[in-house]
Amino acid sequence: MSTNTPLLHAERVSVSFGGLRALHDVYLQLNENEVVGVIGPNGAGKTTLFNAICGLVTPDSGTFSFEGKQRSWPRTDELADLGIARTLQGVGLFPDLTVLENVMIGAQKFAKTGLISASFGRNTKDEADLADRSMAALERVYAGALAHRRANTLSYPDTKRVAIARALVSEPKVLMLDEPAGGLGPQDIEWMNGLIRNLAVHMSVLIVEHHMDVVMSVCDRLYVLNFGEVISSGSAGVVRRDPAVIAAYLGTGA
Amino acid sequence: MIQFINMLLIGIGAGSIYALMAIAMVLVWRSTRVINFAQAGMALLSTYIGFELVQKTGNFWIALPLAMILGALFSALVEILLIRTLIKHSTSGPVAGIVPIIATLGLLGFIRASIGFIWGNQDIQIQPPLSKVGFKVGEETIALSPMNLLVLLTVVGMVVVLGFIFQKTNLGLSLRASAYSPEIAQLAGIRVGAIRTIGWAIAGAAGAAAGLLQTVNGTGAVSPDSLEFSLLLTFGFIAAVIGGLESLPGAVLGAVVLGLVLAVVQIYISGTLVFMVAFALLLLVLLVRPQGFIGSKAGRRA
Repeated sequence: MSTNTPLLHAERVSVSFGGLRALHDVYLQLNENEVVGVIGPNGAGKTTLFNAICGLVTPDSGTFSFEGKQRSWPRTDELADLGIARTLQGVGLFPDLTVLENVMIGAQKFAKTGLISASFGRNTKDEADLADRSMAALERVYAGALAHRRANTLSYPDTKRVAIARALVSEPKVLMLDEPAGGLGPQDIEWMNGLIRNLAVHMSVLIVEHHMDVVMSVCDRLYVLNFGEVISSGSAGVVRRDPAVIAAYLGTGA
Repeated sequence: MIQFINMLLIGIGAGSIYALMAIAMVLVWRSTRVINFAQAGMALLSTYIGFELVQKTGNFWIALPLAMILGALFSALVEILLIRTLIKHSTSGPVAGIVPIIATLGLLGFIRASIGFIWGNQDIQIQPPLSKVGFKVGEETIALSPMNLLVLLTVVGMVVVLGFIFQKTNLGLSLRASAYSPEIAQLAGIRVGAIRTIGWAIAGAAGAAAGLLQTVNGTGAVSPDSLEFSLLLTFGFIAAVIGGLESLPGAVLGAVVLGLVLAVVQIYISGTLVFMVAFALLLLVLLVRPQGFIGSKAGRRA
């Protein structure tokens, strides 16, 4: 693949819920090893855009390309095989499972045993393999020591780290983070931004964030959404000075 | 003393059959959020198929596992052909979410009528494979026959196997993840559709075992509008709900408690009170501890 080909490319994406227009002609491009932020005020359509890419919402129109090839919008359960992993806003760890088990759920694409033979217990090799991969993913977010804790005993910042490990374990080419800094204090945000920059050495990262300041320092490029449309895009410096962006965030209207 | 021991044995024996039914209902609830009222109909159909298999092979020990496999296949088909479509089409509107549940009531009636059409409305008779005369302890005959023992062992075996699958295997992890959050499970690449079908299939097998074992453990007679199967559904449902509806150990515990309570009522008070007490117990648990014995307050459990 030439370096000019974007890894992920969505164009002219429109989504409506009933009569409500959630996204209109939105575009998004993500290159290799790039950290891209999608920001905008509440209700701007950021999460809808994420959901469209993840197959949780079906766009009315628009095209989707991955690794230079145009294809249909991915089904949710295809994402992991495609190389796209996502965290959710609500973190969504399984409270009664251990941290390691939670991460193992993200490693399902490496389970070689079919469902039928697995039901006869013929998957001990898989088990060990998945556990190893999950442990490695936890180490990457410096959470290896948490492996055997139950998820509902973790502090909030720790749950966010584990959620990222669960996405990382599938060895994605694209890591989609939904409000990774949400609910974190300044120190944890700094730590999280450092982690994201480290991860971008091996993959591309797409971030949805409500608070502009949080992502400015970590993103190579930004898309700003308002009322379901892209109102600005470019580097942090460009976006920050764009009058349309300032107006959207101050709520005065462009 | 012997009366007390017999009461325990009767309670646990009855409870173990309710447990199979409760397990089936919990598995279906966890995989699709549907209360399957057709479970009794599906168990009845499996029992009739078991009857045919006993006729053909003359061997109950071949008929039982075959009937369980066919029950699993039938249940999987119901999920694929009926429930999946209904869930997809009932996301909005005044009956959103309950359409599949109403459909299971329709399916219950349909299966019973179909059985009457195919096999006729008279009783059929299945010979018990083992003696139903209680073991002797000294002079006394206790309320535990080889047949009762078979039922108990089957239930314990199924619970152990299911417990192992759910707690120790990757399939179990997928089943638990899908039950807790289909969205996250899908994002992780789990084919939630297939997992749901597997949940229904295991439930079908458990229901088939419940139906056949209850029949040979009882009078051996069964008809399309069998009262025993209505009771099996009702008590299985009550056991599942008081057990928390989410947990397999809860379902077993609920069933054993229900069996014991009903045995106490039957032996020490009066057999005519059994129904009243069963439903009173359901209402009491819903009032006092709506999450059931083992349900968590937070709602859905993984």
